[in-house]
Amino acid sequence: MNDLLNALLVVVMILNLFALGTSRINTVIRIAAIQGALLAVVPILLHRSLPGAALLAAGTAIVLKGLAIPAIMRRSLRSAQIKREIEPFVGFLPSILLGALATALALAFSGRLVLEGGQAGTLIVPTSIATILVGFIILTTRYKALVQVIGYLILENGIFVFGMLLVEALPLVVEMGVLLDLFVGVFVISIITNHINEAFSSMDTRRLVSLKE
Amino acid sequence: MAVAMIFLPLLLAGLAALLPSGRIRPWILPLAGLGQAGFLTAALLDPALEGIELLPGASTLFRLDAPGRLTLLVITGLFLVCSFYAAGYLQHRKERPNRVFVVGLLGFLAGSTAVCWTRNLGLAWVAIEATTLATAPLIYFNHSKRSIEATWKFLLVGSVGIALALLGTFFLAYSALRPGLVASLDLDTLLAQAPDLSKPWLHAAFILVLVGYGTKMGLAPMHTWKPDAYGEAPGVVGAIFAGGVTSMAFLAFLRFYSVVAAAGETAFASRLLVPMGLLSMAVAALFMIGQQDFKRMLAYSSVEHMGILMIGLGIGGPALFGTMLHLVTNGATKGVLFLSAGNIHRSYGSKTTDKVRGALRRIPLSASLFLAAFLAITGSPPFAPFVSEFAILNGAFEAGRFATAGAFLLFLFVVFVGMGRTVLKVVLGRAPEREPTAEPGAPPLHGEGFWTAAPILLLMALVLFLGLAVPSPLADLVSDSVAAIGGPR
Repeated sequence: MNDLLNALLVVVMILNLFALGTSRINTVIRIAAIQGALLAVVPILLHRSLPGAALLAAGTAIVLKGLAIPAIMRRSLRSAQIKREIEPFVGFLPSILLGALATALALAFSGRLVLEGGQAGTLIVPTSIATILVGFIILTTRYKALVQVIGYLILENGIFVFGMLLVEALPLVVEMGVLLDLFVGVFVISIITNHINEAFSSMDTRRLVSLKE
Repeated sequence: MAVAMIFLPLLLAGLAALLPSGRIRPWILPLAGLGQAGFLTAALLDPALEGIELLPGASTLFRLDAPGRLTLLVITGLFLVCSFYAAGYLQHRKERPNRVFVVGLLGFLAGSTAVCWTRNLGLAWVAIEATTLATAPLIYFNHSKRSIEATWKFLLVGSVGIALALLGTFFLAYSALRPGLVASLDLDTLLAQAPDLSKPWLHAAFILVLVGYGTKMGLAPMHTWKPDAYGEAPGVVGAIFAGGVTSMAFLAFLRFYSVVAAAGETAFASRLLVPMGLLSMAVAALFMIGQQDFKRMLAYSSVEHMGILMIGLGIGGPALFGTMLHLVTNGATKGVLFLSAGNIHRSYGSKTTDKVRGALRRIPLSASLFLAAFLAITGSPPFAPFVSEFAILNGAFEAGRFATAGAFLLFLFVVFVGMGRTVLKVVLGRAPEREPTAEPGAPPLHGEGFWTAAPILLLMALVLFLGLAVPSPLADLVSDSVAAIGGPR
């Protein structure tokens, strides 16, 4: 069973690198959505017989991360009518290299951690750390407000990976609450990005510099 | 009771969203404030009420312990005062739709109440993130370019920070994933098995949560969103943030601290908290010197006081009583400062000292309250923050932390001088002639009305009263809170 899990986690890590190397915003939205939905499927694949609560949480995650959130973001992108290219502060190739380095470091670092329980042989912890780092890279090296939101989504996916270790510890209300917060968060943020676009005629966050000491 | 307290504001938020009249809608806020105050009084008088629950399983998720009670008292009290002020304020701002504003405030009330009640650290995270989303539109109330920028920074920095807190929460649950232990996010379960938790994961969890909830509290160096947000938001929102949101985030952090303390790791916590607190005080002091914008100055004052809380917590033992008391005194005083600053801002249409002068002549009551609250927050007797800050300082000496105590005093002095210069510029001198506002479409100038002055006066009276005598029920509650986080009785 661990082989299947590890294969899926490798796919998640490869998606990270794709997200770093793509220039079209639409594609990055899709990558983050596939990654989120894939991660939501993992618990169903792992445990043949899942309790109803876990199925409900997984189903909600698939619908929200795979369909609803990308739909909101695509709408926001359409109404903004901005150039659909990501203009990065760090180029695409250096970004991929940075992401690969982060992944390698995560793998090396996790090898030295004291891991508990039966998951010691899986790639859950390194994938989680690598995905969180890639989320940070996107957040800090991209200018467009909407792309920074995708960085946040990938960061959250990374945290979600870690949550797989804690199936027993998380009550359903917490899992659903986290998902709901994420959904409402993206909703609120995309409203604000639209207002940024209207007020500044751009989604470039470099223009948000009037508040400082 | 918990369910009722969380759902009352949500219900009223729904009502506010549906109500078509923008004139009546703001008065839902005082209604919510009074309702919550009533519920809280019942909960404080009769702790047995906790047992009666409307939802099955709610009793394991919600239980009001002493720190929760104390924080809920601060938040409910502050909200009650702010709700009347907000109703008065929104009468002055008829040109702006207030639907989202009222719903956002009620959403904050529901979320922060849930944080105080819940025993599950995961649920606490969910509620805190919910308040982040509910309060974002409050900063954006004026719909100006500057307020968009402030809202964006708040949302992005806040969301990333709080995401780290979620990771820290997961790490804490993972530290219990060992044979013989129950992996859980339930605070009581974690406290019971604290000594056996995996130390490296516990440490990592504590650091992540410190960064995460520290961002929400506004500790340096994660405070960058704070001056922008407090500067651009209406004064009443600043009061809710500086007294309510920060207290709620502090409580959430306190839960983790109590687990770390129960694991016998207070020395580890202290090594992180004291430098972080001193750094916050230093950064705040630095940026307060020569600060022209008096609302940004208040934001730095909030950074400073979050630093004070961290220092008190870091010293531990004898300083904990002062720290928990400071949560109350800081919350009340910050309310007076932000609300009176809001009145001054509205009366001049500006918040920088090059335009705002002589406020004591133009808007005497608010300016006097602003001046008095400045004296209070910088730790002058006979006001309440003096008592709590003195108790923390005393605790530092008792614990033999002389260097910390020295730095603490130095920063307090620098803040007093820096903040004093700006405050005196605002209140003293000759008021400029009344001029029509420069920008077309800018909100009209207003002074103070009954509803925007009386609540502040009441709150200031409380600050003075608590400075003269801490009533014994409050002192007991503070002592119980100290005991609950592993401090001495």
